[in-house]
Parts: sequence; C-alpha cells; structure tokens
Amino acid sequence: MLSIKNLHAKIDDKEILKGINLEIKAGEVHAIMGPNGSGKSTLSAVLAGREEYEVTEGTVNFLEKDLLDMNPEDRAREGVFLAFQYPIEIPGVSNINFLKTAINETRAYHGKETITAKDFLALVKEKSALVELDAKLASRSVNEGFSGGEKKRNEIFQMAMLEPKLSILDETDSGLDIDALRIVAKGVNTLKSSENATIVITHYQRLLDYIVPDFVHVLYNGRIVKTGGKELALELEEKGYDWIKEEINN
Amino acid sequence: MIKELTKKDILLENLNQLDFSSEPHFAKDLRAEAKNALDQLEFPTSKTENWKYTRIGKIINKTYSIQSKISTSQLSISNYLIPELDANIAVLLNGFYREDLSSIEKQEGLKISSLKNAIAQENGFIKNHLGGIAKAESEIFIALNTMSFTDGVYIDLDKNIVGKKPVHIINIITDNNIVANTRTIVKAHDNSAVKIIESFVNLQGEESFTNSVSEFFLNPNSQVEYNKIQNKEGESYQVSTEQVYQRKDSNFTINTITLDGTLVRNNLNIEVNAEGCETNLNGIYLGKNKNHIDNHTVVNHLKPNCNSNEVYKGILDDNSVGVFNGKVFVRPDAQKTNAFQQNNNILLTDDAVINSKPELEIYADDVKCSHGSTTGQLDDEAIFYLQARGISKRSAVNLMISAFIKDALSSISIEPLKNYIDSKIDERFGS
Repeated sequence: MLSIKNLHAKIDDKEILKGINLEIKAGEVHAIMGPNGSGKSTLSAVLAGREEYEVTEGTVNFLEKDLLDMNPEDRAREGVFLAFQYPIEIPGVSNINFLKTAINETRAYHGKETITAKDFLALVKEKSALVELDAKLASRSVNEGFSGGEKKRNEIFQMAMLEPKLSILDETDSGLDIDALRIVAKGVNTLKSSENATIVITHYQRLLDYIVPDFVHVLYNGRIVKTGGKELALELEEKGYDWIKEEINN
Repeated sequence: MIKELTKKDILLENLNQLDFSSEPHFAKDLRAEAKNALDQLEFPTSKTENWKYTRIGKIINKTYSIQSKISTSQLSISNYLIPELDANIAVLLNGFYREDLSSIEKQEGLKISSLKNAIAQENGFIKNHLGGIAKAESEIFIALNTMSFTDGVYIDLDKNIVGKKPVHIINIITDNNIVANTRTIVKAHDNSAVKIIESFVNLQGEESFTNSVSEFFLNPNSQVEYNKIQNKEGESYQVSTEQVYQRKDSNFTINTITLDGTLVRNNLNIEVNAEGCETNLNGIYLGKNKNHIDNHTVVNHLKPNCNSNEVYKGILDDNSVGVFNGKVFVRPDAQKTNAFQQNNNILLTDDAVINSKPELEIYADDVKCSHGSTTGQLDDEAIFYLQARGISKRSAVNLMISAFIKDALSSISIEPLKNYIDSKIDERFGS
C-alpha cells in the first residue's frame, strides 16, 4: 500500500529525515517510536503534504501512485488521513459543514455523486457514537472550545467519517487520560480492516496496549534504526532509548 | 482679474445645467441654500481629519456629463434582482426614478414613489423634513446632493403599517462618465416597520460618480432595516451618506455590503435621540484590485437605555485599501447605554492595506461600552488542516472567509438576500 524509499526531507536547510525506508501492506498496523527530535512528526507531515518540508531525495508510493507529487487535498482524497498531534481550532467553521464539504469533494474526485443529507446525518450519528462524541460537539465549530480529549476524539471521528485507507495517528495518545485513550483506541480498532492500514506514531508504549501493532519501528536521527514486533515496544518502555543510541553509535 | 476655476467650480458649473425652475418654492429654497453653503465648503484633502486615508482626486479631477432629463431607454433589470425575493422594485436609472421599470404593489398606508413627484405635489412631510437631518451646510457631498439631486425614492409608512414586502431600490448607472445625485427619504410612523434593500450597480458606467444621500426618520416604536449592497464593477466612484434619526423605542438596522467599487466612501450618521432604542450597524467589505473602500460611522447616543451594536468585517485582496472609522458618542444624559463596536480585517496579500480606527467617547458614567479592532491573515495551519481532510485550498479559504464574516451578516433578516450575498462570496472565493 505504502512504499517509502530512501526518503530525505529538510526544513529551513536542516535535514531531518535522512533516508527512511518503510513498506506497509493493507491490514497492517505499524508503530513508529523514537526519542524527541528523531523525525517522527516530520515523517507524518511529509506524508500529509506540508509545504514547509522539502523532500530532497527518495520516493513515496501510495497505491501505485507518486504521493509526493500530489497536493495535500488529493492525498486525503486518495485515502491518506493524518490525525493531528495538535488539532487546529477553526472558529466559525462548523465541524459538520466542513466534513460534508470534505466528503463531497472526495466523492467528486472519484467521480461519485454528492452524499444525500439523510445519508450524511445517519453517518454522523453512527460515527460519533463510535468515539462517544457528543452530537453537540459534532455540530460546533471545528475543535473550538474542545478539551484535549475531545479534540483527539474528534480526529478519530473525522477519520471514521472519511474512511481512509491509510491512517497516520501522530501522537494521538499525548495528553490523553486513560478513559479517552480507551475510547480513541476502540475507535481505531473498530475501523481496522484487511483493506486499510494504520501508522501509530507515539512516544509511549501505553497506547500500544490498546492498539496492538504488527511491527514496531524505532526512528532515531532521521532513520529507522530498528524494526521488530510488538515486544520491541515493551523493551523500549523498560529500557528507554539509550541502549539503541549506544547500539547505533558503536 | 481672471480667477482660475477650481475643481469645485467646474463641478458646480456642470451641475448648474440642471433645471429645477419648475419645482415648488420650498425645494428651490433648499437648493439655493445648499448652493450658498457650497461657497463655504471645500473638497476634503488628506489634511481633513475625516478624510485622512481617502483621497478623492479620482472623483473630482474628472469632467462629467450630466443627464438632465429622464430617459426612456429600455433596460432589463433581471440581472439586478435578488433571486427568490418577492419585493417592491423601485428603479433609479442614471439618477431618475423610472416608473415604467419599477413595480410597486399597492398597500394601504404605504407609499413608495419618486421623490421628484412628491416634491412637485408639495407633499407635507417632504416639505417639512427634506434636508432636515442631512444638512447641506454640514458636509460638501450632502450640499452637492441637495443642490442637484435629480430624483430618488420616497418611502412613507403610516401609523402601525408593516410593509408586506421588502422594498428593493435598484440604483443603476448605465452611462460612462456621468455624475448622478440621488436622494432617498424614509419616514416610519409610530409602530410601523419596513425592510429596504438598495443596490448600487452599473452597466457600463465607467468612470461615473454616484453621490447618494438618504434620510431616515424613525418615529416611536418603528423598525427600519436598510440593506445597502454596493457592487459597481469597473472604474466607478461612490460617496453615500445615510443620516438617521431615532425616536423612542425605535429599531434601526443597517447592513452595508460592499462587494466592488474603485472608490467607495460611506458616511453613516445615526442620532439616537430617545430612550429604548436599538441600533445595529454592520458591514462587510471585500476589496480587490485597487478598490478603496472607506466606512465612516457615527452613533450619537443622547438619551439613556439604548443599545448599539456595530460589527464591520473586511477582507482585502490584491492592492485594495480599506478604511474603517467608527465613532460612538455616549453623551452625559445617556446612562445605561450598551454600545459595542468591532472591526475585524483579513489581509489576503502583502499589498492590501487597512486603516482601522475605532473610537469611543463616553461622557456618562454608568454605561457598558466596548470596542476593538483586529487585522490578520488567514490561518495557514487551519487551511492545511482542511486540506488534509480532502478540501481544496480554494474551498478551505472560502469556508474560512464565510466563517469570518458570518456575524457581520447576522442582522440581515431577508433570507433570499442572505443567500444572494453568500453566493457572491462563493463566486469570489469559492470553487
């Protein structure tokens, strides 16, 4: 589904990604872990198409298409979803209206008709229940006045509405209490299928108790330096990142 | 001795071609007074405090032709109608009321007519009140208008009359290089209510100048909503003045929507001279190219227990310039006044400019007043967020702009008009 080869990216002349290689198949869950500043969030930003980052080398293929060649909206329409680490508040733009626009523009991109008001409302009802998001929040301005947990649940609600093929959860667990974490994880697990894939970027092993990864990758200094199964996450939790740094530096 | 003709002399000489000799005495006197006032009044320069950010050279450095008589030229007004709106239509074409293009449904107690006709008939209200609040001696453009307005619309509501349909005045210029002075006067008697839309548009009308003055007299417990839509394409100039006088428990709402215009200056002056009044003055201005859009507003609270709400929102693109100067006076008697004023702007380019000056002068000690002004850009982070959900950049910008101006449109009560404005915003910024 996703094939990243030798990806290099920089921001303001500072090289952050220094040759990432990653293959993701449908049905898989990949966790990307790593110390602060290792490039985790840069990787998600580059995949989603943030303009500030310049890709200097390498390729990213998504479902046989050149992802780097697409603008952010087309990446989303092709099925890439980024759950933001810090969801943006957009006063005055209603959550529901913007999702309807997003769904309809995506449908138009695929040559499909717009969704009917009735179907849309049914979808909102079903998906907001999934993440236990109050219907009132769904109709408020995007993230405005939402608590941290509500913002993250709103990300998963949007993900549920848009039914992406590849979801990237960028530190979705940061700042979440255990109840919110459970709800978010339940949402992600319910949406998981053999047709889609998930990248979980996280600092902590805790989230991986709830969203169990097939592979764990350790990102350090702009490269994936170690890959293993879910037990690697436990090892990292126990021993921290220093042993990996030592391994690399020696 | 040979005196060099000033720009004012040239314009006056031009306007003097207009023949008002058949008008009744009261009107001739009014015009003569205005002409005298013009001896004392000069065109503002950048040194004139109220005109500091607006140069009017574009308007006064031209020689205009004058249309002195009503024409019979045919024109389809369908392009200027507001879709789905059932309204009484009054058409002002190049400064003249065109009965044949207008369509007014008769309603007992409601008069909508040519102002010129009302003058000719020596209508009592007009005789006593025309020029009563828009005083020629106070301002040069009012004086010019009073001296030379060719026609306008007179709306008169009897006691307890509620206008069944909104009145839509289509004020249109169809010739290049002309000057048109139009005058509107609205009388709302006790407990009456009316909704008005006035669209300022042009067909051709390149380098033409519209100078309009409107006077609103609100009797106790009356309600007037005036929606002013300025959408003159091409090179066009407009100065317009609204003068409002509110009596007890009256409710006045004005929405000023400026969609286009090379040089637009709006002077809005509201005198709240009794208790229990409500005043809403809202506006949006969407500048593009080299548009220069200037809104000067004054609310004068003279008596206690009144509310005024003012929200102006500007979106300035390309090299456009916006000016907002809102003044609220709360006089010593006006205790328990609630006055709220806000001006927010978004600059879409580095070359767009806004000059914003909210002013509050309070002489009473038991009041609630606030004012504020902000200027910013569209939030790139928010645009990216929307794009990341599959929304095109253009739609994302449109969504954010619509959200930004929404509260400035909230006091428009005519649903088809709201939809019309939404569609204009969509046309400008949407896909």
